[in-house]
Amino acid sequence: MDCLLEIEALQTAQLGPVDLCLQAGELVQITGVSGSGKSLLLRAVADLDPNQGIVRLDGVERGHIAPTDWRRQVAYVPAETAWWGLRVVEHFPPGSDPQLALSWLALFSLPEESLDWEVERLSSGERQRLGLLRAFLNRPRVLLLDEPTANLDLENTRRIERAVRGYLAEQGAGALWVSHDTLQRNRLGGRILEIRDGRLIG
Amino acid sequence: MVPGTRARFFRGTLVSVISLSALDLTLAAMLVLALAGVTLWARLGVGRSLLIASVRTVLQLLLVGLVLQALFDHARLGWVALMALVMLAIAGYEVMARQERRFVGFWGYGIGAATMFVSSFAVTVLALTTMVGPSPWWEPQYAIPLLGMLLGNTMTGIALGLDRLTQTVWRERRVIEGRLALGDSWVNATATMRREASRSGLMPTINAMAAAGVVSLPGMMTGQILAGVPPVEAVKYQILIMFLIAAGTGFGALGAVWFASRRLFDHRARLRLDRLRPGRR
Repeated sequence: MDCLLEIEALQTAQLGPVDLCLQAGELVQITGVSGSGKSLLLRAVADLDPNQGIVRLDGVERGHIAPTDWRRQVAYVPAETAWWGLRVVEHFPPGSDPQLALSWLALFSLPEESLDWEVERLSSGERQRLGLLRAFLNRPRVLLLDEPTANLDLENTRRIERAVRGYLAEQGAGALWVSHDTLQRNRLGGRILEIRDGRLIG
Repeated sequence: MVPGTRARFFRGTLVSVISLSALDLTLAAMLVLALAGVTLWARLGVGRSLLIASVRTVLQLLLVGLVLQALFDHARLGWVALMALVMLAIAGYEVMARQERRFVGFWGYGIGAATMFVSSFAVTVLALTTMVGPSPWWEPQYAIPLLGMLLGNTMTGIALGLDRLTQTVWRERRVIEGRLALGDSWVNATATMRREASRSGLMPTINAMAAAGVVSLPGMMTGQILAGVPPVEAVKYQILIMFLIAAGTGFGALGAVWFASRRLFDHRARLRLDRLRPGRR
């Protein structure tokens, strides 16, 4: 079985060991009570926290990939995306293709002008959609979504679900989606894994 | 010679100092006591620390006066070097103590001490060997005050720069990790914070140079004038010192901020806030 993302004995102080195989085009949901280690798992895979174990992308070990390249290909999107500049477009990855951004806006039901919007005036739904869009611009192979719809209404939640599904189908990417919401779980489908005390239970 | 003055030579010129008697110092001490009385009356709650600080001033300065006298009497490179290292060690401790969130372990002390060592010592040695030029070059009468002024100022600059850096990085960690997650390098992700920290380390020196002589008469120049040195000579020394301080503080603060921001990330460019101690509360 060929894995897009292969995790072996991934461990941090509060997590694991965790083993997981994510296949191309697959969306795996991760649930668990708060504090069980859902975010820690995603952060460890994105290499944002110190961790041990083996993580491979398309068979290449993470240690052989520069951290900046790794995080472009394995994109971590938190529940609340961070913004630091004045306008939306300033937050796009350096060297990313502006044409690509325009073509994906429709996927997120956003108008073209939204790239010039001021960050301060974005609604939380727009923030989250644009936060995901800027991660897509790196053309990641794996999406690590940490409750991306936690603070959103149903309409915005649906938009994000649709956009992620669309991206996975189009790019043959995989996603780990941390979710609390039972209804969302049924809508998204796919494998559902529970994390309890830092360990994955199938 | 007027009784009560001591003759001294400044680069071949006879200069004279009015020696202060115990009575003169007592009169000055009365002023501090009066101030303490007023703060007590106004219930400011600083009377105690004011008195302790005054006593510390007297004791520390007397001690350093004795040490310097001994050092001048037994001028040897080894003793001068020892004195310089003791001064560095204390300055390093001061930098560490002024950090709200300092690095855990050795680097809490090491970053400040190492960058101060490089900047202050390098600038002092350069100044002694090429600009001031006493013989021998390490003559304590020149070397120790010069180093002291440099350390005192670089200490402030480095402490300000490091404190600002660790505070802003701590506050902005979500932004930093957000940028890392998008594939930005740690250098880019912290660029604004590093710039801000370096600037706050440099500002006191820039302000001091801009206001020198107009708003304030710098302490060293005042001291030399009081000691009878011709004002133009004193001014030349002050300009030299100001430039040395600017260079020492500037390079020291820049180095410390760069070094510290490297320490905040590991080989996989992960933000390692666990390397900072939690803030004092």
